[in-house]
Amino acid sequence: MQSSLEEVDTGAFTLMNYYTAFSRPRYITALWNSLRLGAMVTVLCLIFAVPMAWAISRTNMPGKNFIRLLMLGAFITPPYLGAIGWILLAGPNSGWINRFYMALTGAPEGIFDIYTFSGLAFVIAIYSFPFIFIFTAAALDVVSSEMEDAANILGAGTVRTTLKITLPMVLPAIMAGAIVTFLEAIALFGTPALIAIPARFNVVTTQLLQFFSQPIRAEVAAAYAVPLLLVTIALFGVQKMITRRRGFVALTGKGGERRIIDLGRGRWVMFAYSMAVMTLAVILPYIVLAQAALAKGWGRGFSWDNLTLKNFEYLLFQHETAAQSVINSFTYAAAAAFIAIGLGLAIAYIVSRKLLPWVDVLSFLAMAPFVVPGIVLAIAFYAAYAPPPLALYGTATILILAFATRFLPIGYANADAAIRSINPEMEEAVRILGGGRLMAIRKVMAPLMKRSLIGAWLLVFIPATRELSSAMFLYGPNTRTMSVMLMDMSEEGNFEHLAALGFLLLAATLVIVAGATAFLGRDFMMRREKK
Amino acid sequence: MSKLSLIGLTKAFGSTKAVDGVNLTLREGEFVSLLGPSGCGKTTTLRMIAGFIKPTSGTIEMEGQVMSSPAMMVPPERRGMSMIFQSYAIWPNMTVGQNVAFGLKLRKLPNAEVEQRVNRILEVVQMRHLKERYPSELSGGQQQRVALARAIVIEPQVLLLDEPLSNLDANLREEMRSEIRRLHDAFRITTVYVTHDQAEAMVTSDRIVVMNLGKIDQVDDPVTLYGKPKTRFVAGFIGRTNFLDGRVDGSQIVFPGFTVPKALAPDANELSGLASFSVRPQSIALHASPPAAGHLWRIQGEIVERAYLGEYWEYVIRPDGSEQRIRVSTAPNVVHAVDDRVWLEIDPARIARVPPPDAA
Repeated sequence: MQSSLEEVDTGAFTLMNYYTAFSRPRYITALWNSLRLGAMVTVLCLIFAVPMAWAISRTNMPGKNFIRLLMLGAFITPPYLGAIGWILLAGPNSGWINRFYMALTGAPEGIFDIYTFSGLAFVIAIYSFPFIFIFTAAALDVVSSEMEDAANILGAGTVRTTLKITLPMVLPAIMAGAIVTFLEAIALFGTPALIAIPARFNVVTTQLLQFFSQPIRAEVAAAYAVPLLLVTIALFGVQKMITRRRGFVALTGKGGERRIIDLGRGRWVMFAYSMAVMTLAVILPYIVLAQAALAKGWGRGFSWDNLTLKNFEYLLFQHETAAQSVINSFTYAAAAAFIAIGLGLAIAYIVSRKLLPWVDVLSFLAMAPFVVPGIVLAIAFYAAYAPPPLALYGTATILILAFATRFLPIGYANADAAIRSINPEMEEAVRILGGGRLMAIRKVMAPLMKRSLIGAWLLVFIPATRELSSAMFLYGPNTRTMSVMLMDMSEEGNFEHLAALGFLLLAATLVIVAGATAFLGRDFMMRREKK
Repeated sequence: MSKLSLIGLTKAFGSTKAVDGVNLTLREGEFVSLLGPSGCGKTTTLRMIAGFIKPTSGTIEMEGQVMSSPAMMVPPERRGMSMIFQSYAIWPNMTVGQNVAFGLKLRKLPNAEVEQRVNRILEVVQMRHLKERYPSELSGGQQQRVALARAIVIEPQVLLLDEPLSNLDANLREEMRSEIRRLHDAFRITTVYVTHDQAEAMVTSDRIVVMNLGKIDQVDDPVTLYGKPKTRFVAGFIGRTNFLDGRVDGSQIVFPGFTVPKALAPDANELSGLASFSVRPQSIALHASPPAAGHLWRIQGEIVERAYLGEYWEYVIRPDGSEQRIRVSTAPNVVHAVDDRVWLEIDPARIARVPPPDAA
């Protein structure tokens, strides 16, 4: 914030940066594009997610577990990797879908062009809708069937009851999910960089990248990022209000059992719909990425003589920085996760036991990075740590610190939930029997929180391994992460190597998630965060 | 000798006083209950005794040593007390044996002695065979026994219990409240027991402290408390009762629908103006014909409601010419119909004088 008001050389107070940032029409257009994009993505996500959440939570749709599994797949897919999958699928002329269409109809050109505004919105939406799904399903899971029975007994049918009773009751949850989705969409960097830039239009985040390319105009970027920050803070305020004022969401919890609605033949319709969405989000992109990763040239299609492992070999043993970037991603993410959890835990303990005055402020600060888009955070880090005397720009330290800050709210929220889930009487029992506070933490609190803290660590670690938006602005020659590497390769149009690298990232994530799921239970990743 | 003293103990949260000027002294080995509705300040009082909450004013002393005052507080771990929590707070990461041994190990006792004392106390609470189990494998009643064993094994100066039976079902609750009293008879540990259940308090306690709105209403043994409640709140909270509100007129007391000679009332010499009394439903006799005159209160009226509860009949009687409703319970074989004319008889010895309404 501060640097947006400073003159570059003198540090004097000025509004010039704001003037520069908003002086040209195309800068304003980018801003407008972002808002339109957010709205379009949100609408698409609602269409994808709400019927699925209802079907999975309340009906006898077949294959629920399978759909849930695919949903987890969509959730853990880095959006930029999905975007690359879709470039391979729906790139004009060369994309698989278009080639297939042309072969089938003999048309001179394909039907889909991913390099358009609606293409961008679509690709973002199919990797954002799990947010709305999680919020909505969680709310539907606690709506008692008795509410619906009460409508039935008064003469309303299933459809009418669902539309008039059930959906309105979970509307606040849907709204909350929609807001999160909107904010994700406008703060996203990777997907717009891959699609909007070739399509020759800008959104806020890609415009920010241009302010950051030589000559770096960080002050202007800072000024330009301010509206994004303000929109985010305002909408999070709205979301907080919605979730707090949920008077009519009957969260009775235990009140009444929840029966499953029998859809009759309609359950296959719901299944087909869910599978269609999942095919677009997970199955098709994964297939083409796998093909590209194992192909000598992805355009040559699916054939045995096109099959090779050379791409992986090249990445791991020949490319000068690719192998290093894999190591970087995982070590930075691990370090950031330790910092975020450690710090989050310490703050959560101090807050819950009120050990210091002003604990509410502390709690607010720990949650604050949550409302800061990654890209804005990166600019702030650049402004704060890049200049001497710290001169941390491009170092591992600045990346780890940025990741840790970005994911501190996850660490804090989870540590807080872990502490709250333990009755303070557990600790008081130690003290009244003669043990001090440290003894209570060591012998009782720590062992009891072990499992949830491992879960929390993973919840930070997984997004940190693929974090792009803050890394993009802070990396140096030796500190590239996989995400940065992927973006570079896409600029070179090197899709085979890119897909292979993406596959390494995905495979590693899948192994970790699968292990954690076995150890911690299925829902550890997709359960709704308690805030 | 007094073991534990609360002197003018007060705790304010913001502008509301949760505990307001409580004075109480416990003798060595005494079992005292804090009884009252939720929000009456009983748990706050207990947590102040434990050292988890600092008083706003007043002090807590144990054997003459100041434990808590607004200026200083001995932390819970240095009070030599122990406590049983509402949630039991059995540590799920330790076995039954480890839970019970915890306090002894903190006192750096030799292992052999720890082992021996743990075994002995588990024997007492009938949990010896479950020593190696983890708490998640135990029923609610068993967890309760572990909590008791863990608290008692260290032979604390004072034992504190915070509604320990509120999470158990009714049968188990009756069993455990007798168990708690049995353990107290065996170990004679000075005990403060917080509950909102009058039956629990009456079964377990030497003395009961009835609290209301942060203040003590009455401190007495169970028999006195039930028979001679001093306030309308105590009379209404401990068991069911009828309030009879009248006015002294010369040598008579005039109630709605009946009069009684003043000389037959308790504390007859102190009565003047408004006079109120509390009478338990089972302290009233019910007759179908006029009883012979004597030293008992006599009231004439008719039955307006009745209900059969198996163990007893419950009637509601309206004295002639009034809107007063008097509840009477009788043995199951005393049968009257609604609209029957009846005579009530009350022994003055079983009547308690209470303050008139709104004079509390």
